[in-house]
Amino acid sequence: MRGNAEMHELVAPGSLGAVLDLLAAEPGQWTPIAGGTELMVAFSAGHLDAHKLVSLWGIPDLRTIELTPQGVAIGAAATFLDLRKHAVINAELPLLAKAASWIGSIANQSRATLGGNLVNGSPAADSSPALLAYDAEIETISVRGRRRLPYSEFHTGYKRNVLAADELLYAIHLPRRFARHRQYLRKVGTRRAMAIAKVALGATALLEQGVIREIRLGAASLAPYPTRLRQTEAALLGQALTREAVLAARRALLAEVQPIDDIRSTAEYRRRVAVNVLEEFLLELRREGSRP
Amino acid sequence: MSANGKLKTVARWPTIRFTVNGESRSVRVPPMKRLLDVLREDLHLTGTKEGCGEGECGSCSVRMNGELVNSCLVPVLQAEGAEIQTVEGLALDGELHPLQEAFLHNGGAQCGICTPGMLMAAAQLLAHSPHPSDAEIREGLAGNLCRCTGFVRIFESVAAAADASDAEPAKEPAKESELEQTYHAR
Repeated sequence: MRGNAEMHELVAPGSLGAVLDLLAAEPGQWTPIAGGTELMVAFSAGHLDAHKLVSLWGIPDLRTIELTPQGVAIGAAATFLDLRKHAVINAELPLLAKAASWIGSIANQSRATLGGNLVNGSPAADSSPALLAYDAEIETISVRGRRRLPYSEFHTGYKRNVLAADELLYAIHLPRRFARHRQYLRKVGTRRAMAIAKVALGATALLEQGVIREIRLGAASLAPYPTRLRQTEAALLGQALTREAVLAARRALLAEVQPIDDIRSTAEYRRRVAVNVLEEFLLELRREGSRP
Repeated sequence: MSANGKLKTVARWPTIRFTVNGESRSVRVPPMKRLLDVLREDLHLTGTKEGCGEGECGSCSVRMNGELVNSCLVPVLQAEGAEIQTVEGLALDGELHPLQEAFLHNGGAQCGICTPGMLMAAAQLLAHSPHPSDAEIREGLAGNLCRCTGFVRIFESVAAAADASDAEPAKEPAKESELEQTYHAR
């Protein structure tokens, strides 16, 4: 069954305040739509459950990239092309620029938004491993005000998140303190363009005198939602990168991930690839050290 | 839905205005109607094709406010005020766009379903990167699927169009009249 446009209402109040008022007046009734690269696919196929949609496209307050000496604040409706074109993101947060280049194709990157990628909450979300590796925070907004929390606490289950019915994802905050970290991002998929990740890993680490002082590992497609690999990080923190430490990290990763069999891959393949990708990063870190 | 119910709905539809290939257009359609369907059904611009209907194949690519988009994923309300270019807007005064010439002469088109989207993706690429590398051509067209050509001739067509625009940087009417004068002089 094809989607029928007459069965769906779509409004574009045009300002952030008007959108928030609408969400507050009828909480849970309205589904926000930004670039439509997810919801319009469901619509075309006749699978879009939402009957009342409110457009976030073209709201200037949501499509921003702001710099402070400490951080980069990315508006939730910044597109992946906006991220790819941004000089500071390319220079200081290259994993995010790389992840942006993985989103579908140019025609998807011109419409798909960072906030949409997170709110959609796919376990395979392309931007998530980089955001987790960079210790991102998210900021929500509603008529009741704003709140900030670690991105690692945003997802609460498969396609579930902390947003209340009247809340929008407002911004993603990234600290500018990774210049000295080794940074790594790898996606394993069927082909370079368009494909959804079978496994993806983002990582940042600081090595001092051969010992890991800081490490963050963000994974996609290894759990019901994108997640930090905390047990694996704990196994590595304070360790020198000996063969034993790498093996211990591999064991820790296998113990904490919960990959599944699905149309894109198998749980067994995902486990094997995940430990190998982790090892690739750790060997690179041992060989090259942190960045100068 | 009853006839009455439907009429009521129609009355609620907003008038949505935008420009297509430089012409102001307005439509009164359900705001969730896909830009693709508005172009084809309401504006009778059937050059833009539907392939997959889910943003994977690029057949429906058009340019909107200077960006390449899949028109199957744009609810038409979000095109309000936009400047849209479709494949029908490439040729000027009956003269093919250099990309169209290049596809024609390099075997870049076979069955034709992907061709309008390929042309629009290529136009987008050349607008931002007039001298693209092979890798840039491949990335620029990565979201456009072709099941006939094996892609190589399409990539060659785009490269040829970029070279052609090098050879004749300005394609101006003045040049034509110059040419005409030359003929007359002979």
